[in-house]
Amino acid sequence: MAVESLGSVPRVKVAPWNDPVIRGWVFQIVVVGLVGFLAWYLVSNTIENLQRQKIASGFHYLEREAGFEIGDTMIEYSPASTYARAIWVGILNTLRVAVLGILLSTLLGTMIGVGRLSPNWLLSRICSWYVEAFRNVPLLLWLFLFYKLISEAFPGPRQAISLLWNSVFLSNRGVYFPVPMADPIHKWMGLAFLIAIAGTWMLARWGKKRQETTGQPFPIISAGLGILIGLPALVWLAGGAPHHMSWPELKGFNFAGGTVIQPEFTALLVGLVLYTSAFVAEIVRSGILALHKGQSEAAAALGLSRGQSMRLVLLPQALRVIVPPMTSQYLNITKNSSLAIAIGYPDLVASINVTINQTGQAIENILIIMAAYLSVSLSISAFMNWYNKRIALRER
Amino acid sequence: MTDAMPAGERKPLAPPVDETGIIGWGRKNLFSSWGNGITTIVLIVGVVWILNWFLEWALFTANFTASTGSECRGGGACWALIREKFRYIFFGSFPYEQHWRPLFAVITMLAMLVLSADRRMWNWRLIVIWGVGSFVTFLLMFGQIHIPLSLILFVALVGGGIGLALRSALATPSERMAYYALIGIGAVGLVLRILGILPKWSIAIAPLSYVETSLWGGLPVTLILATYGLAFAFPYGILLALGRRSNLPLIKGLCVGFIELIRGVPLISLLIMASVMLPLFLPSGTTIDKFLRAQVAVILFAGAYIAEVIRGGLQSLPKGQFEAADAMGLNYAQKTLLIILPQALRVVIPPLINTFIGFFKDTSLVLIIGIFDFLNTANQALVDPNWAGFPGEVYLFAAFVYFIFCYSMSRYSKYLEVELNKGTRR
Repeated sequence: MAVESLGSVPRVKVAPWNDPVIRGWVFQIVVVGLVGFLAWYLVSNTIENLQRQKIASGFHYLEREAGFEIGDTMIEYSPASTYARAIWVGILNTLRVAVLGILLSTLLGTMIGVGRLSPNWLLSRICSWYVEAFRNVPLLLWLFLFYKLISEAFPGPRQAISLLWNSVFLSNRGVYFPVPMADPIHKWMGLAFLIAIAGTWMLARWGKKRQETTGQPFPIISAGLGILIGLPALVWLAGGAPHHMSWPELKGFNFAGGTVIQPEFTALLVGLVLYTSAFVAEIVRSGILALHKGQSEAAAALGLSRGQSMRLVLLPQALRVIVPPMTSQYLNITKNSSLAIAIGYPDLVASINVTINQTGQAIENILIIMAAYLSVSLSISAFMNWYNKRIALRER
Repeated sequence: MTDAMPAGERKPLAPPVDETGIIGWGRKNLFSSWGNGITTIVLIVGVVWILNWFLEWALFTANFTASTGSECRGGGACWALIREKFRYIFFGSFPYEQHWRPLFAVITMLAMLVLSADRRMWNWRLIVIWGVGSFVTFLLMFGQIHIPLSLILFVALVGGGIGLALRSALATPSERMAYYALIGIGAVGLVLRILGILPKWSIAIAPLSYVETSLWGGLPVTLILATYGLAFAFPYGILLALGRRSNLPLIKGLCVGFIELIRGVPLISLLIMASVMLPLFLPSGTTIDKFLRAQVAVILFAGAYIAEVIRGGLQSLPKGQFEAADAMGLNYAQKTLLIILPQALRVVIPPLINTFIGFFKDTSLVLIIGIFDFLNTANQALVDPNWAGFPGEVYLFAAFVYFIFCYSMSRYSKYLEVELNKGTRR
């Protein structure tokens, strides 16, 4: 009887100040009111301060001439370009470091994480020393150290260390190395490379299907690499194999010709990769350790080698544990790349900082920073969530 | 023993020499296969080569006694630079003859942290330790402390409120009257103070000379930013986490928005915001200390991350705990403070310590807005033209100090993880 009537208990009449629904709304209105009041207070102060200091508002400054130099640009830029272009250069520089950092630290971190589980005692010790050393010291300190080492320990351009028969030069102005002269064939080689990517992808799908139906494995890694390198190379040969290179040469006080990796970029990338891979290694290690011991034993019983069982059995399963914490490491790399400002690499925050100092328009610029980082963060999260869903265990 | 053995049986043989002791261990762990053996040899050669080079540089050819940088040049590491500069690196521009003050402040904070690490202190003692420790620390650093009347009134109001919420059903009438009295005095006093009827009165404790925050530097700054960043961010993070799990849509929206916004942007952008935008936010004429601005930015930043850690702990609790607390007739404050948080926080203490290690390292970012934390004073020590050109020594020294702090905290977190799970692990 009591059980049946549970669903239809008449609402007990309570005083309005004891009704949880009314209380909830009162509480919410009070809190939102307080937050709103705070926001109004800050905004009204800001408007007053801006008027008093005669600071313009709005985004019109973006079209004005920036007037400052940027040392390391991926697209054409000069002090005569607009602020918008300067900020765009900064965003591209941030993305370049972030993408390379994510790729390299995933590779290095996975190797170190697997190395920590190696049966070789010495290897696993060295890997765990690496992790402890890099994890327990601030990233900023590593960046300063690498930057100072490059700029002070390396010689000037005149005494540059030359490697590989005078083609690569190490100096405190960066690493100089030769590049092929611009040639119309490069465009077609790029196109061939894109076609090769599509071809490899289709081949991989076909190979997977064949293995699932007939059990015959297909050597997709070597075949794919062959296509990816071979097709552009064929196009290059068909175009008459143009082989004129632009060599770095000492002219006056610096090198001319060739191309250069700036010391700021090198220090930032090396610091980010070494620091983050210590965290990645821990994630990979705990992901593999989370697997049941039977998995590696079953792989060994099937006659797979240690490398095969790692690649075919353990890592694919560990990925499910690894991907969510890895996502936040990727976000950390992107956010940590903003430390670039401390060693003078012109990333987004550095561009914005100069712009704030020149225009005084702090609010608009901070909004741009937040919007840029939020959209990069959200895209990385969205991509990793999609990937996570793809590799998730499909149960009934 | 041998006598008792039946005839015809032999004593068990000892295991082969090459399977026990050092040789056996080496065969098993270093040379178990061809590949392994080659790896081991390559690694040994590499390690010996690096160690040889490093020891040569850091010990055998190092200079410990030089009095200028030029005497150091040409040899190995110049540790004389550290000897010359270590007081500046540790204490920054704090008046030289007063260096004992930041020294004792650091010792007080370390003692405070070490005592809080002891599980037997996790009760009312913690409040006493932090109250006394903070008072001593800031008295030493500032030299003079003024406690304004409004702060005392505010503490009375909050204290009375918490006491009443927690003990409403248990308190005797006289205890309850005390809480009401505290709330009443606090509220009326604050209103009178705001209306300007009560004077701007404060208790002054001034045994030492006043040292402003712009002169603070080195290790105490790093420790204060990290410790008080966490101390204030912790309750704030709990509120955010509770808000994010709340059924009230507006509260939930506010908390989710704040947490995701802060977690989506780098700390540097918050610090830049605190240094260029906070002055715009406040009425003209008011200035906020630069150190305090950085501290506020660190607290806001840490709060969002701590909230996510604590949310993990809240999610790990079974629903029955919430329902049981409701069935006992506990109100929200009692349910949260007496039933939910003690269990949820226990789960998240190890990850919280890891978060703290992260903040300890991240405080180094304040150097970008010109605050002299430990890394920044180390940086400044390089600027001296007499000692130019030895960045490696200074940074290695600073890295060593950071490493000691972070490594001991991470060991502690590992220890706690085992210790706190004793009840559930078999």
